[in-house]
Amino acid sequence: MTTTTLRAAADVRTGSGGGPAVRAVRRKRVLHWIAMHSLAVAAALFFVLPFVFVFLTSVMSDGQAMSGELWPRAWHWENYAQVFRTPGFLDWWRNSLTYAVLGTVLTVCSSVPVAYALAKFRFRGRRTAMLLVISTMMLPPQVVVVPMYLVWAQQFQLSGSLWPLIIPMAFGDAYSIFLLRQFLLTIPKEYLESARVDGCGELRTLLRIVVPMAKPGIAAVALFQFFYCWNDYFGPQIYAAQNPGAWTLSYGLETFKSAHMVDWNLTMAATLLVMAPVIVVFLFAQKAFVEGVTLTGVKG
Amino acid sequence: MALSHAPALRRKHRRARLRTLGFLSPWLVGFSVFFAYPLIATGYFSFMHYNQIKEPTFVGLRNWTYVLTQMPLFGPALWNTLWLVVVMVALRVVFGLGIGLLVTKVKTGAGLFRTAFYVPYLAPPVAATVAFVFLLSPGSGPVNEILSAVGIDSPPTWFNDPAWAKPSLVMLSLWGIGDLMVIFMAALLDVPKEQYEAAELDGAGAWARFRYVTWPSITPIVMFAVVTGVVQTMQYYTQALVAGKLASGVSVGPGTVIQPGYPDHSTLTVPQLVYSLGFQNFNTGAACVLSLVLFAIAMAVTTLLMRKRTGLLSAED
Repeated sequence: MTTTTLRAAADVRTGSGGGPAVRAVRRKRVLHWIAMHSLAVAAALFFVLPFVFVFLTSVMSDGQAMSGELWPRAWHWENYAQVFRTPGFLDWWRNSLTYAVLGTVLTVCSSVPVAYALAKFRFRGRRTAMLLVISTMMLPPQVVVVPMYLVWAQQFQLSGSLWPLIIPMAFGDAYSIFLLRQFLLTIPKEYLESARVDGCGELRTLLRIVVPMAKPGIAAVALFQFFYCWNDYFGPQIYAAQNPGAWTLSYGLETFKSAHMVDWNLTMAATLLVMAPVIVVFLFAQKAFVEGVTLTGVKG
Repeated sequence: MALSHAPALRRKHRRARLRTLGFLSPWLVGFSVFFAYPLIATGYFSFMHYNQIKEPTFVGLRNWTYVLTQMPLFGPALWNTLWLVVVMVALRVVFGLGIGLLVTKVKTGAGLFRTAFYVPYLAPPVAATVAFVFLLSPGSGPVNEILSAVGIDSPPTWFNDPAWAKPSLVMLSLWGIGDLMVIFMAALLDVPKEQYEAAELDGAGAWARFRYVTWPSITPIVMFAVVTGVVQTMQYYTQALVAGKLASGVSVGPGTVIQPGYPDHSTLTVPQLVYSLGFQNFNTGAACVLSLVLFAIAMAVTTLLMRKRTGLLSAED
């Protein structure tokens, strides 16, 4: 954007045609290009090199992983197979997937109608309701964790499982409601009115008109929720810690490292295996994701 | 006025109210059960002695005076949390804005650069932390190998040095700056181009253009980033806990009680202390007091910051 502006401004000032002034501007532009791109490459190294070192270490032998050498002497791909053979590792995958998939479906189903009402219905207390949603977003989970734990563990006997984390998602999630509402605000009233004129009830309007139009917003919320569940450590630590059968990948990984104190190679292979699904999902759904991030920040 | 008393209209209003209630019901239940109730219960337990086995007994303000005046770890935890809130949030905003500016200027390979800057944000916090503990491990980690290769004789021991542990966490958090980059990038692309052209013609240099054109237009987004950053950092937990545990080198199985905050409580944050009081020491009352202190600080900071116009408030149409 700015480069084109610069070019336009330079052309205006110098007129067309070559002269020393034009050459000076052109040289300045080239230097600017070089400076910006060297900066970008330097920054990219900071972001990419950790992945590179983690990967290189993941295919080293046990001994070499501790030696501080950076390039593998031989490529031990079997490290990955060994990680999968670790007792529990496959269970952790299953638990992470269950938590993430169920959590995502429930969150979307429960948050869409709430966000729709907050975005499109006129009612008293609308502003207050929105403020309460935002304040729930602001509340650190640690503030309410003790009494919540006691309810799940003592009244429902559900500690040692992921259900105390999954069930609440059937009752809306503040962050998803907020994001979806921002998205639904952008749908013009006329669509909804014409649906109503045609005799659609609110529920039909929501399902037939709003949901199809809000697909990008819903996709973004679904992705965020999936990643949230996949990445969650605090939740599983509170509710699943006592029962290794209920651990998730995020929780299990740290324990994996503790158990393999010296095996940095296996730990790095496991680390990449925990990162892989989110990165693969992201590469497939980049657009929805970036749109969602932008929406929370900018359209806010 | 008279019209609204017509029975047909009143029925219509009642139907509309029921409809609204119906659509809001999942959240109304969720809010009462998972927000309002536990918040009140936290208040209740803060006046109780309760070890989660015997019935709770009322002890008045004893938990409060204990936590605020006697508990040895309260001071360090509060200090660390506030340190992280100030330093981490400030650096994240500055760095995120810098990277955001950079990606709007870079034309060749723009897509690749953006992806490279964004992907670390997606790495699960535990995985990212494990990776950084390895990268920064004092003996043989790649970072220190490279540092000594370029002639730095005694590089820091990062997560194992009380003075470097928090800066190491900051570095880890700067690595995951992708969300801020995208938000700032979108805001920067929204600044009207004509304003840059006008400033250019007035002879404004790069700094003046940033100061008088870019900055005023992105202030709401910067405020949004600060508020959400403060809220997130008040909850800072996973990375500090995992880094401390792994760097300390103790082998931890389920049920093992470790003293959090290695080294020397330098990475102990308030949320970790809540966990440790509530789930390791079973001192429910003290954990609830600390939760409420955390809540009070979080609320105070956000209200203070929200007074200025922020992205969040402007959502209130």
